[in-house]
Amino acid sequence: MSETKPKTIFEKIWDAHVVKHADGYPDALFIDRHFIHEVTSPQAFDGLKKRSLQVFNTKRTTATADHNVPTKDQHLPIKEALSRHQVETLRKNCKEFGIELYDLGHPYQGIVHIIGPELGLTLPGMTIVCGDSHTSTHGAFGNIAFGIGTSEVEQVLATQCILQYKPKTMKIEINGALGKGVVSKDIILYIISKISASGATGFFVEYAGDAIRNLSMEARMTICNMSIEMGARGGLIAPDETTFDYIKGRKFAPQGEAFDKSVSEWKKLVSDSGAEYDQVLKFDAADIAPMITYGTNPGMGMKVTDRIPTTEEMKEISEQTSFKKSLEYMGVEPGSRLLGKAIDYVFIGSCTNARIEDLRAVASMVKGKKKAENVEVWVVPGSKQVQEQARKEGLDKIFEAAGFELRDSGCSACLGMNEDKIPAGKYCISTSNRNFEGRQGPKSRTFLASPLSAAAAAITGKVTDVRDLIPDPSPKEKGEETVWAKK
Amino acid sequence: MKDKFTVLKSTAVPISAENIDTDQIIPARFLKATTREGFGDNLFRDWRYDLIPGPSPKEKGVETPNKEFVLNNPIYGGKILVAGKNFGCGSSREHAAWAIYDYGFRVVVSSFFADIFKNNALNNAVLPVVVSDVFLKNLLETIQKNPSTEITVDLMNQEISYGNESQKFEINAYKRECLINGYDDIDYLLSLNKEIREFDVAHS
Ligand code: SF4
Repeated sequence: MSETKPKTIFEKIWDAHVVKHADGYPDALFIDRHFIHEVTSPQAFDGLKKRSLQVFNTKRTTATADHNVPTKDQHLPIKEALSRHQVETLRKNCKEFGIELYDLGHPYQGIVHIIGPELGLTLPGMTIVCGDSHTSTHGAFGNIAFGIGTSEVEQVLATQCILQYKPKTMKIEINGALGKGVVSKDIILYIISKISASGATGFFVEYAGDAIRNLSMEARMTICNMSIEMGARGGLIAPDETTFDYIKGRKFAPQGEAFDKSVSEWKKLVSDSGAEYDQVLKFDAADIAPMITYGTNPGMGMKVTDRIPTTEEMKEISEQTSFKKSLEYMGVEPGSRLLGKAIDYVFIGSCTNARIEDLRAVASMVKGKKKAENVEVWVVPGSKQVQEQARKEGLDKIFEAAGFELRDSGCSACLGMNEDKIPAGKYCISTSNRNFEGRQGPKSRTFLASPLSAAAAAITGKVTDVRDLIPDPSPKEKGEETVWAKK
Repeated sequence: MKDKFTVLKSTAVPISAENIDTDQIIPARFLKATTREGFGDNLFRDWRYDLIPGPSPKEKGVETPNKEFVLNNPIYGGKILVAGKNFGCGSSREHAAWAIYDYGFRVVVSSFFADIFKNNALNNAVLPVVVSDVFLKNLLETIQKNPSTEITVDLMNQEISYGNESQKFEINAYKRECLINGYDDIDYLLSLNKEIREFDVAHS
C-alpha cells in the first residue's frame, strides 16, 4: 500500500471509534467511558425505563454525586429537598440499573472530572463523555473527551454510542519557559483572553509545545478543563512519560504486563508529522503573566497588572453594549486597574483547580501566614481522596492556622446550585472556570485566577500580583509524583 | 419512538420578542426536576405570571397570571410557536426543548435559532423552521390580526405556508428522516446493536 495520509492524534482516536459511518449521517461513535452525576442523568434513566431498555454495558459507566452536595456535614441528610431528591434518584437509578456509584461518604466520591483520572478510569486513546461541559478535563491524558446533553446521556446508557459529526481540529502551541508565579491556569486564561470565549467554537483543540510538555498531569488537566470556555468541543494533550507515570498503579488502570502493553499502544497516540489542522495558533510562554478576569465571561481576562480596556477599545457597537453591561454588573470601571481592589471571598476549588497539587501550591503560599480580616476563604477539595491526602500531608493544619476553611469535596461555589453561594454584590477570587453573571450565586461577582493568585489575595485581602509575594523562583508546577491514590 | 412528523396544519401562537434565551423559556429554578414531564407548566413561567413578593423575603409571594402575555390569551392557540429572531440562545439546557414539547408545541418558527437549542429541539420531536426575516414579520402580523390563521408545515416538501404565502426551509437530511419516521437518535443507534456489541467485545 502506498503511504497513508498523516493523521492528528484526534483523528486517530476518532477513526478508531467509529462503529458506523454513512454519508450525510453523523458518525456512530463508540464511547469507552461514561461518567454520570445527579443533575443530568435522571431524565436519561427515565427515558430508558419508558422504552424498557437496559444499560448497554454497566462496566463502562461510573457515577458520583457532586453538583448538588453540601460541603459541610456531608454525613447528614441534604437539607434542600430538591437537591436531596436528585441525589436519592441517582442512588435509586444506579441500584436498579447496576451502575457503580461513588456516593456521598464513599472514599472515592468527588467531582466527576477529578475522580476519573485519580482512579485510573481515564486513560489515553479513549472516548469519554459525561453530561457536563467540563468533561474536556480528561483530554489531558490524550483522549477524546467532551460534554453531552441529557438525551445523549440516554443514548450512551442505551447503546454505548453517540451520534456526532466530526469537529474541525485546532492546534495551540505554547513554547518557552514560564515566568515566576505563572502556572497552568494562567496559560489557559491567557489563551482565552487572546482568542475570546468563542474563539474555538466548532473545533477540537490539541495543546502542544514544550511549555505544555513540561507541565505535570494535574496542571495539564487545568488547561484541558477550560477548553470549553473558548467554545471548543474539547481539548487534548498527546500522552507521554509524564502521563504514563501518573497512570501507573492507579486503581482501575491496567496493571503489570497489561500496563506495559498499553503503554506501547499509547505511545502511538501522537500527531503524525505533516498532519493537517484546520487552524494553528502559537503563543510564547514568556509573554504570559499571572492572569485575572474582570468581566462576565472567561474571555474577559488580562494580566493582573494590566488595566481593563475602555469601552472605545471595543470594535463593534454591539460589543460595546454587552461590555458596558458586564462591567456594570461587576462594579468595575472601564480603563481602571484591578490591582489592589478589595475582595470578600476566596474560593479554591472546582474541577479546574481542586487537585492535591493545587492545594499544595496554596499551602506553600500561606504557610505561616494569616488570611486578611476582610475575606472569607473556602478550600474545597475536588475529591475525598484529595481531602484525605491533604490531611496526611498536614495541609489542613496550614489552612487552619491561616484561617482558611477546609471543606468536604464537591462542586461547591463553582456553580451556586448547592448551599455554597457567594452573596449578592460580593467579590470572589475563584479558581473555578466560569465568571458568568450569577454563576456563584445570584448577583455574585467573580474574578477567575490561579490557585497561587487566589492564595495571595487571601493573604492581602485584595487583588494582588502574586509575584510580589514570592521572592525566589516560583513553586514548581511539576510537583513530586502523587502516589497516594495508588494501590 | 416519538411522534411521526410529515405535515402539520395548525393555528399558531405569536411571540414577537427577539433573543428569547433559555432562561426565559424555562427559568433555572425548575432544573432540579428528575423527569422530562411537567416542564410545560413552567414554560415562559416568568412571563406568564406576575409575582407579587411576600411581605418579607421568607414569605412566598403570590403569582397571578399576566393577562397581557399571549399564552394566557385564549384567542391564540395551536401546535406552532412563532417567535422573534435568535430563539433559544443562552444556556444549553435541554429542559427548554422539553418545556416547549410538553406544552404541546411541535414546531417553532423563527428567522434564526441558537445552535444547541436547534439540536435539542430536533432530539425532542420539535421541528425548528427557519424562515426569512420578512416572512417571519408578515407571519407574525397575520397571526396577530387573525389568530385563526392556519399554517401548514410540510416536512416532506420542506415548505411552510399560510394563505397565499409559502417558503421553503432547510433541515439536515438525517434529522428529517428521523422526524418523518418518528425515530430518534436512540432508535437509530439501537438498529446498530449488533455492530456495537461486536465493537464493545473487540475493545474490552
Ligand atoms: S466543579 Fe464546576 S465546572 Fe466542574 S463539574 Fe462541578 S459545577 Fe461543573
